[in-house]
Amino acid sequence: MTPLDRKLVRDLWRIKGQAAAIGAVIAVGVLLLVMMSGLVTSLDETRRAYYERYRLADVFAPVKRAPRHLLAELSALPSVAAVEGRITGHALIDLPGLDIPLRARVVSLPEFHTPRLNGFYLSAGRAPQSDRHDEILLLKGFAEAHSLRPGDTLDITLNGARHTLRIVGLAQAPEFLYTTAPGELMSDDARYGVMWISMQTLAAAYDLEGAFNEALLSIGRGAEPSAVIHAVDRLLEPYGGFGAYTVADHGSNRFISEEIASLRATAAAVPPIFLAVAAFLLYIVIFRMVEAERGQIGLLKAFGYSNLETAGHYFKLILAIAAGGATVGCVLGILAGRALIDLYLLYFKFPFLIFQLDPVSFIAAFSVSIGAASAGGVTVLRRVFRLTPAAAMQPPAPPRYRPLGDLARSLQSVLDQPSRMVVRRLTRQPGRMAGAAGGIAAGMALSVAMIGIMNGFNQAIDLTFNVIDQSDVSVTFNEPLSDTALDNLRRMPGVLDAQPARHVSAVLRHGVQRHLGVVSGLTTDARLYRAVDSGMAAVPLQAGGIVLAEALADILQVRVGDLLTLEVREGRRPTLRIPVTGIAQTLLGSPAYMELSALNRALGEPNRVSGAYLRLDSTHQNAVYRGLKDMPAVASVSLKQDARNALQTQMDSGAGAMRYIMMAVAGIITFGIIYNAARIAYAERARDLASLRVIGFSHREAAFVLLGELALVTLAALPLGAVLGYYLSFAVAAGFSTDLYQIPATVQPAGYGAAALAVIAAATLSGWLVKRDLDRTDLVSALKARE
Amino acid sequence: MDKQSGNPSRNAFTTRDVWKVYGEGATEVQALRGVDIDIPAGELVVLLGPSGSGKSTLLNILGGLDRASRGDVLFQGQNLAAMTDAQLTRYRRDHVGFVFQFYNLMPGLTAQENIELVTEIASDPMPPAHALDLVGLGDRGDSFPSQLSGGEQQRVAIARAVAKQPNVLFCDEPTGALDSNTGRAVLRVLKEVNEQLGATVLIVTHAAATADMADRVIHFADGRIRDIQRNPDKRDPSEIEW
Repeated sequence: MTPLDRKLVRDLWRIKGQAAAIGAVIAVGVLLLVMMSGLVTSLDETRRAYYERYRLADVFAPVKRAPRHLLAELSALPSVAAVEGRITGHALIDLPGLDIPLRARVVSLPEFHTPRLNGFYLSAGRAPQSDRHDEILLLKGFAEAHSLRPGDTLDITLNGARHTLRIVGLAQAPEFLYTTAPGELMSDDARYGVMWISMQTLAAAYDLEGAFNEALLSIGRGAEPSAVIHAVDRLLEPYGGFGAYTVADHGSNRFISEEIASLRATAAAVPPIFLAVAAFLLYIVIFRMVEAERGQIGLLKAFGYSNLETAGHYFKLILAIAAGGATVGCVLGILAGRALIDLYLLYFKFPFLIFQLDPVSFIAAFSVSIGAASAGGVTVLRRVFRLTPAAAMQPPAPPRYRPLGDLARSLQSVLDQPSRMVVRRLTRQPGRMAGAAGGIAAGMALSVAMIGIMNGFNQAIDLTFNVIDQSDVSVTFNEPLSDTALDNLRRMPGVLDAQPARHVSAVLRHGVQRHLGVVSGLTTDARLYRAVDSGMAAVPLQAGGIVLAEALADILQVRVGDLLTLEVREGRRPTLRIPVTGIAQTLLGSPAYMELSALNRALGEPNRVSGAYLRLDSTHQNAVYRGLKDMPAVASVSLKQDARNALQTQMDSGAGAMRYIMMAVAGIITFGIIYNAARIAYAERARDLASLRVIGFSHREAAFVLLGELALVTLAALPLGAVLGYYLSFAVAAGFSTDLYQIPATVQPAGYGAAALAVIAAATLSGWLVKRDLDRTDLVSALKARE
Repeated sequence: MDKQSGNPSRNAFTTRDVWKVYGEGATEVQALRGVDIDIPAGELVVLLGPSGSGKSTLLNILGGLDRASRGDVLFQGQNLAAMTDAQLTRYRRDHVGFVFQFYNLMPGLTAQENIELVTEIASDPMPPAHALDLVGLGDRGDSFPSQLSGGEQQRVAIARAVAKQPNVLFCDEPTGALDSNTGRAVLRVLKEVNEQLGATVLIVTHAAATADMADRVIHFADGRIRDIQRNPDKRDPSEIEW
């Protein structure tokens, strides 16, 4: 080891506290980047492997009733690799102790083989035997939510007839990663189940002997799905085909893709912001650290070390800190990613995990850290190298005083000597002070933006469940009913108000843009569930038009006045050309609204409702639930509170969960920046402060000179941080928003206040830590130290 | 430049009309105002003068730490004033040793390592331990600067400067921070280096008594040479009255 390298090691050890503080800031920035990109890569890879291993179909073709011999024709279609015909339907599960029957999807199991497509992962028990028609597999999530185990029996209503079936195993499947009851937006394991039942039982229950009502197809690699869909639709048309769709439009897959996509968007948008702030700090800190080494740089040059050798030495120091921080960040990022992916596994219900890292994130992490640190080092070294060694070894010349303006002069006359020292340092080295204030402001901006995001999530929930939806319960009927059904609901004791609704599934098109969604028919005087604009006022529904959620308008790229094509996928399946008459503010989902009777007219089914929103008298709540359970027309009852909880859970465990981690990281970075600013200010002034003490300043007075500077810099940073935070919150909110929910960028005054308080608290703590060191300084050695 | 040319008949340095001006306009300071000097190789030369008289500036220019604003500075016939930065670096590395008033040891390195810092890059250094023996600190090689007294630190600094076997040793107020006994010990080491290694030694000081040990004394005032004295009866540092 050369003496210079030994000096390096001992220098690093000497400045270990500060090096650790600098390294920590860059490390958390890197941590976030590595963790999130690793998470996205792993989820993507796990999903791909899961789909492949359990043979998720490429095309789903629902049909009313098609004979099984049609399957041979389907598999003979060009590009089709495999075909499976199955029966699916809806069931009600009557669990003892629950007032509301629970809804479930039922799926047939082939008689003598495992499903060729859409297989399942058996997580407990065994698969049903072919000759036992009362044996079922139950979706693991639902079973766990109700503590059901293999061996238990379930009372199930299939197509109006009651069956008692025995659970023999619990299963998971790629097509049921995310299950939502029809008409609901949020998945809730406790409220919607999936059962696999023998083909024979289901054929009997749905009167589908020798027939199927859903065809699954896999197609060869590189084949064009639209051609296959076209051919499948033509084949199934005579049998009541509902229109085939690809896996991309499959509800569960769409949700999972959207979640991963939004994680990816957040990973692409947010960590770079954090890393940029950390890099900015690294630049400033390294700059000032190397500047403090000026004398030693001059000495090395006096000995005959060349610029290159001297620069090399300091680069090693910079690299040790920057690369050290980045390495720690990478390791922590991998560990955090691993820990989080286990949570995401639970959330996404993947039965296994493929953990993969994104090499690009490591390259980015190291290049940004080292780049920023090197830039700081190069700037100073170039400046020092421009000096002769003789000049570099001298302490820097005292900054020149400038004649002061009248205002400053009169200000100075009222200040005591220590205050003047503080003010003069700020005015004499404005660049350095601006750098410090800028760093603190950047940290505060991160906190402001993250507090804004926290608010935004709450606001999304508030808007959805307190402003748009003011009902207590929403009821869905088995099929569209005449509006007398509504009167029946209104007459139930405990029902205070009822509002009709008709939900139809439809494809909305505008130019090449397309969205498969639901159009909700609402009455013009809707009170319990309504479309509202950004000012929270009701958006009027006009008979001849459609109102779109802002997110949907963005997807379809339409504005008010544009014409939209609506392909209804129910009833007579009409295609409508309809103008957009309003844009509604929604932060959840991407709904579309029409006036109820206009929608019914377009469908050719006047006075029909498919569900209702109810407001209940809370004292009669349970009686109403029991009454609804006994109404055969009611397919489902969903409580707003449950939906609200489900959304909260999803926002807390899906992509949105990242906000808590980011909030913590923002806090660490903010503190790190302020602490570093205080440490550097102390390092630069240690000698001056010791001199002050020698000439008779008390501890407090000397500390005032140092901390007064920190206080003024912090105060200057607060308004700057608030402004930066305001703009940053838009970028971060966009990073967190998905097609499923939009997070508004709303920083409340209290948010700025909280961020400012956090900054002040961090500054106070940093000041205290530095003052402690100052109080301990040995005066003689501080004065002697000339490095 | 020939490292081995210790011919005493030649001059180590020749300067002609050397000026050094800092700043410009109203703030202009003329640190050197036309200095002409010949310093024979192998001599021990003391530059005397009050603060601000320009002696340290000349030392820095001769040592390649600073550049003259105008004029020629010849070392063994080569003009330092015309050298590039890289050539000056080479010059300092191969020919010059420095001793500063405040020692300027690297606080993070031991005495021995401080010397290695220089021998590492020199072309014909002596072993660091030998250099320490030369200054009487053979047993303190593992001490850090903070564990050494001021005089010991200055002797380490001298060992560091001579370890590369320089042609010229520059000392800027080498005893300025030391008490008289320690100061005498340091001067004795400088004398030994001059005599044993044959190095030209230039000492800048404002302690007039130091002049008694010199071959030649150059008096500075107001950026100019006021007087040059030859000193036929050099005294031993131990006899110098402080």
